[in-house]
Amino acid sequence: MNDPSRSGAPKPEDGQRPLPASLRRNAPLVPVDSAGGQALAAVIAILTFLAALCAGGAELVATSSSQWRSDIAREVTIQVRPNAKRSIDADVDRAVALARQTPGVEQAQPFSKTESERLLEPWLGTGLDFNDLPVPRLIVIKLQEGLKPDFTTLRQALKEQVPGASLDDHALWVSRLSTMANTIIGIGTVLVILVLVAAGLAVTFATRGAMAGNREVVDVLHFVGANDDFIAKEFQRRFFKLGLRGSAFGAGIALFLTTLLGFVTSSWRASPAGDQIEALFGSFSISWRGYLLVVLIALAVAVITGVVSRLTVRRFLNENG
Amino acid sequence: MVWGRVKAFFDNDFEESAAPSVHFENVGVRYGMGPEVLRDLTFSIEPNSFQFLTGPSGAGKTTLLRLILLSVKPTRGLISLFGEDVSRISKDDLTDLRRRMGVVFQDFRLLDHLTTYENVALPLRVQGKEEASYRNEVVELLRWVGLGDRMHMLPPVLSGGEKQRAAIARALIVRPDLLLADEPTGNVDPSLARRLLRLFIELNRLGTSVVIATHDFGLMDQLNVRRLVLGDGQLHIDE
Repeated sequence: MNDPSRSGAPKPEDGQRPLPASLRRNAPLVPVDSAGGQALAAVIAILTFLAALCAGGAELVATSSSQWRSDIAREVTIQVRPNAKRSIDADVDRAVALARQTPGVEQAQPFSKTESERLLEPWLGTGLDFNDLPVPRLIVIKLQEGLKPDFTTLRQALKEQVPGASLDDHALWVSRLSTMANTIIGIGTVLVILVLVAAGLAVTFATRGAMAGNREVVDVLHFVGANDDFIAKEFQRRFFKLGLRGSAFGAGIALFLTTLLGFVTSSWRASPAGDQIEALFGSFSISWRGYLLVVLIALAVAVITGVVSRLTVRRFLNENG
Repeated sequence: MVWGRVKAFFDNDFEESAAPSVHFENVGVRYGMGPEVLRDLTFSIEPNSFQFLTGPSGAGKTTLLRLILLSVKPTRGLISLFGEDVSRISKDDLTDLRRRMGVVFQDFRLLDHLTTYENVALPLRVQGKEEASYRNEVVELLRWVGLGDRMHMLPPVLSGGEKQRAAIARALIVRPDLLLADEPTGNVDPSLARRLLRLFIELNRLGTSVVIATHDFGLMDQLNVRRLVLGDGQLHIDE
């Protein structure tokens, strides 16, 4: 009876062609590419797009504010107010000399009388006689890069030798700018986290829906000897691919849009509006750090999708026996 | 490969367990707050035995099979499978026990998005085996049940008899110690029913305990084996 020719059972067919290396099509065991799966991919794409925009915006502000802060921190101003009893030109020369003696100062450049008056033109108009006005004079001091000189001595010397001169190291302005930039970066980060949490919740609902829709498939897998971990891994694999597809699409659109805006703003550069935008945001293009951030967000969304689906499946199977 | 195993069985090159494959003691089951649909079930299914499970429609044949499969929990009594008490079984142990059982469902329960080949190979795939290790075996079994030219087709395009044979092949591919078949000939003509019965007899000769749930007396009359008869929620055994 152990010979098939004597068992009465059908003979294996003769003349069979050699079998291919694999007869499997790598079809997923759990089909989640239904209409619900496509909707989830779309939701993930939209959420990734929003997260990428938030992260890109925060990165843009971080880079620009860092540049502003660096520029402003390297510049200190001495303002010399006119005093009827003193010669302002002599006071300016004295203040410049004192500034140049201070260690860490690279350059001290006084604004001439004409230059100082020109600074007032945007507010007071042209063609005025400024001789009757007590126009203060400015001295712009450029600091050596990386150094933060101690201005106590200079401040004291100015107080003693040039009455009416005041030193402004822009500390208040830099502090306010830092606060504003950090607030924007913080808001961007919180938004990215919220979007990632929203993606996780969307995946939780979608996984529960997929589990309910594939209840029979899950039952069959259990009956043929699959354990919960195997089933959870199958769902994780499917949802990770779905998440990766959605997040790659969303991140791709965000990067494309950023690049497009970069081109548009660079073409406006000569116009006043373009100048204002550039003054605010720098050149409207994100650095390699920004691109890396967007790619990392896309990967994080895909990983969150896979991990959340796996945990949801494990929990669902534990709850439902 | 299949015939190597056949030879091994006939050469008694396997270890036979002394414990019954299935043992029920005073088992009862009810759904919700309703009356007991099965009560005081006490019986054993010995290794390498063959039996029919019969009774009128609605007598509880499928429920009894589901109790053995541990997809329904008894409300009272003790169940042991392969000598192991299953009342407090862990999920991992449950998986191990299910891997020793093959089941043919009345409605086949083939996965429609997988080909016949993939459906039959499913129990091996979920065990994490490489395809290269089972490919020839699955193809040989498919040819054996006459589905060699249907292996790349999806279940929706198979006939009822072909689905039945695919479901049976899926149950046999893991060489189960216990085969549970729920109305396996319910959807096929008498000629095919006889062929399928011969297949189960072959399997039993290879060492598997077989339980066939049916109310087809024509089928049961072809074989003089033990009958487990369900009626009024209770079990009578005709040896």
